[in-house]
Amino acid sequence: MEAVHNNQAAHVSFRNVQKTYDGETLIVRDLNLDIRRGEFLTLLGPSGSGKTTCLMMLAGFETPTGGEIRLDGEVINRVPPYRRNIGMVFQNYALFPHMTVADNLRFPLRVRKLAANEVEARVKTALGMVQLEAFGNRYPQQLSGGQQQRIALARALVFDPQLVLMDEPLGALDKNLRERMQLEIKHIQQNLGITVVFVTHDQSEALTMSDRIAVFNHGVIQQIDAPETLYELPANSFVADFIGENNALDGTVVAVAGEECDVRLDCGTVLRARTGNVGAGGRTRIAVRPERVQLAGADGACANPLDATVRELIYLGDQIRLRIELAGKHEFTIKAPISQLDRSLRPGDAIRVGLDPAHTRALDVPAAH
Amino acid sequence: MSTAVDTSAAVPLPAEGDGTPLKKRLRRAERRRNLLFGALILPLALVVLVAFIWPIGSLLTIGVDNPEIHDNLPRTLAALEDWNGSAPPAEAAFRALADELAAAKGSPAIAAIAKRLNRENAGYRSLVMKTARKLPLDAAVPAREALVAIDAQWGELATWQAIHRAGGALTPFYLLAAIDRVIDADGNIVAAPEDERIYVDVLLRTFWMSLIVTVCCLTLGFSVAYLMASLSTRHSNMLMIFVLLPFWTSVLVRVAAWIVLLQNEGLVNRLLMWLGLTDSPLQLLFNRFGVYVAMVHILLPFMVLPLYSVMKGISPVYMRAALSLGCPPFRSFWKIYFPQTLPGIGAGGLLVFIMCMGYYITPALLGGPKEQMLSYFIAFYTNQTINWGMAAALSAVLLAATLLLYMVYARYLGPTRVKYMKAR
Repeated sequence: MEAVHNNQAAHVSFRNVQKTYDGETLIVRDLNLDIRRGEFLTLLGPSGSGKTTCLMMLAGFETPTGGEIRLDGEVINRVPPYRRNIGMVFQNYALFPHMTVADNLRFPLRVRKLAANEVEARVKTALGMVQLEAFGNRYPQQLSGGQQQRIALARALVFDPQLVLMDEPLGALDKNLRERMQLEIKHIQQNLGITVVFVTHDQSEALTMSDRIAVFNHGVIQQIDAPETLYELPANSFVADFIGENNALDGTVVAVAGEECDVRLDCGTVLRARTGNVGAGGRTRIAVRPERVQLAGADGACANPLDATVRELIYLGDQIRLRIELAGKHEFTIKAPISQLDRSLRPGDAIRVGLDPAHTRALDVPAAH
Repeated sequence: MSTAVDTSAAVPLPAEGDGTPLKKRLRRAERRRNLLFGALILPLALVVLVAFIWPIGSLLTIGVDNPEIHDNLPRTLAALEDWNGSAPPAEAAFRALADELAAAKGSPAIAAIAKRLNRENAGYRSLVMKTARKLPLDAAVPAREALVAIDAQWGELATWQAIHRAGGALTPFYLLAAIDRVIDADGNIVAAPEDERIYVDVLLRTFWMSLIVTVCCLTLGFSVAYLMASLSTRHSNMLMIFVLLPFWTSVLVRVAAWIVLLQNEGLVNRLLMWLGLTDSPLQLLFNRFGVYVAMVHILLPFMVLPLYSVMKGISPVYMRAALSLGCPPFRSFWKIYFPQTLPGIGAGGLLVFIMCMGYYITPALLGGPKEQMLSYFIAFYTNQTINWGMAAALSAVLLAATLLLYMVYARYLGPTRVKYMKAR
């Protein structure tokens, strides 16, 4: 009861939710999650991390083994899926192949016994929303993947649900179309003010669309934050590695001073970094984004200077990627805009790089598998 | 529409290398492939032709074949060619008939002629046989007087009209008989006398029994197929073996097993009596019940397999989608799942129905006289009375009914007709 009072604003809340299929391993370990009304929340994680199971429990297709799920404050553990009034977009759209597009959209409205003119008006609005007004009489197979995707979206929205779940809905589309649909879905969500829970394993998709992202691994939420926080301030090494590109250097924490700490790398160099989820004396892994690595100027002045050797230069049009050898590590990447890079660099050249303490985080060393 | 549907519609044709038009080169390349495909199906095509199309075709021609008079009395028929039918024929016709009957005397031909004419009018058999015994005629006496002297019927117009009528190379007689129709003396097609009408009833009975068996197979098979399609592969394979096991047993063995089970002292009756549900044994054999039980049992796999293969292809996500849209489970099943199984129901139903239409052994062994279907009569005419014409005509009726059924299926339920399938 206490949880409810603390989260009056939460549209959906998971409390100590567990799920196991075989009674031995927990797919979802102990999930506590509040989804705010009107937010676009993405559940992100590798396959098998429990994100889809969470979505299915919310939709009602799976029953939690323990804990409770509340929707608008009501426990819905035992409410069957067809009484939850939650819209859902499936991975392969699940448009009914024996019905026309318009009949697919009419289906949820007729089930709710709406008047015929109301049904038609809503179908028309929904088709207009996804810009497919002229396609009502087609069968789903006659539409392209992108069009089917839009119809699936329209069908999940046509009965005005306040909560819409999406299970990797863009996975089957090609890259360009996917990027356009990401924005389109985002705009529709903002215009309608609905709550969306979106499952994906594509981190750039998550970053593009979400208000908040919950990163899952091994059935546990590793971090839940806005995209920018997640990227810039990862809570642990898993999140740092999973979202975006990351360089890792192993070492030991020698001293912690509030927000910052000193880390002695295995090669002996001592660096200053922001304190992550480690304490003094512990092993740590330094995480730094390739674009945050600074190349020292002619005077060689920079924070946390390290000597390195250039191994490879990769030209990418808008930027250059440098693969360098640093502190005994062969795989260390730097991204730099073309304009800021000395174009005379060649493989084998010695350079000096700086790791800005503000963007260098001392995180845990993930357990070896 | 703005989605990335088609961006490469107008790629220009590449320059032609050796001057041969591109279309021609494509045709040449495809011809080689088509020849190879043709060679691959050639053996099967030959087998089908030799073992299927040709025998069926020749059997069907037997149904309209009418060789007895046409082949054995050619000169008589030639002499009757210009006959107007209102006056006795010319002397040449009598002479030709006397000569030809004399020539046929003592050979099977005379029996064939007699039998064929007897069908035009009962009594002509003895006329022909009696006449033949007294042939050949004395050449000095006019043939007409001599024949009339043997039997006065030779002087009647009806006798000659019968010969004339029976003289065609082809006859609709058997086909009409197979649908209880006859040609009367004036050449009109009329209903057969009431006590001779049997085949329309038999045909209707064949349809009705096939329909009942098909409906039973569908009701029983649908749930089994559904269960198999929703179980895990390991369990569904096990169930599949149970479905297929009887399938691998001989039909005769299974029919015999049903006789053992259903007879008056059989297991079923003893169980019913032991349970006190009945005092005396129920008649379960040699009536419709026994035939239905055995036929449904034998034909069930033919319903389950097509249904299973269709259901296996229906993603369970459709049901979930329907539930998520607010539709309760049973209605979701009926509105979303069931319509998608229609191709399987159509295919399985057609298969079972068509097999039922030709069923012979099971009704013959488990049914009484009222359970015999069309095939029984075909076998009866083929094996017992050696009336191949009638057997062929009944076969033709059965084939026509089957083809008609298939056309109805193809029109309304066939894989190319289910609307959403066509859209693919």
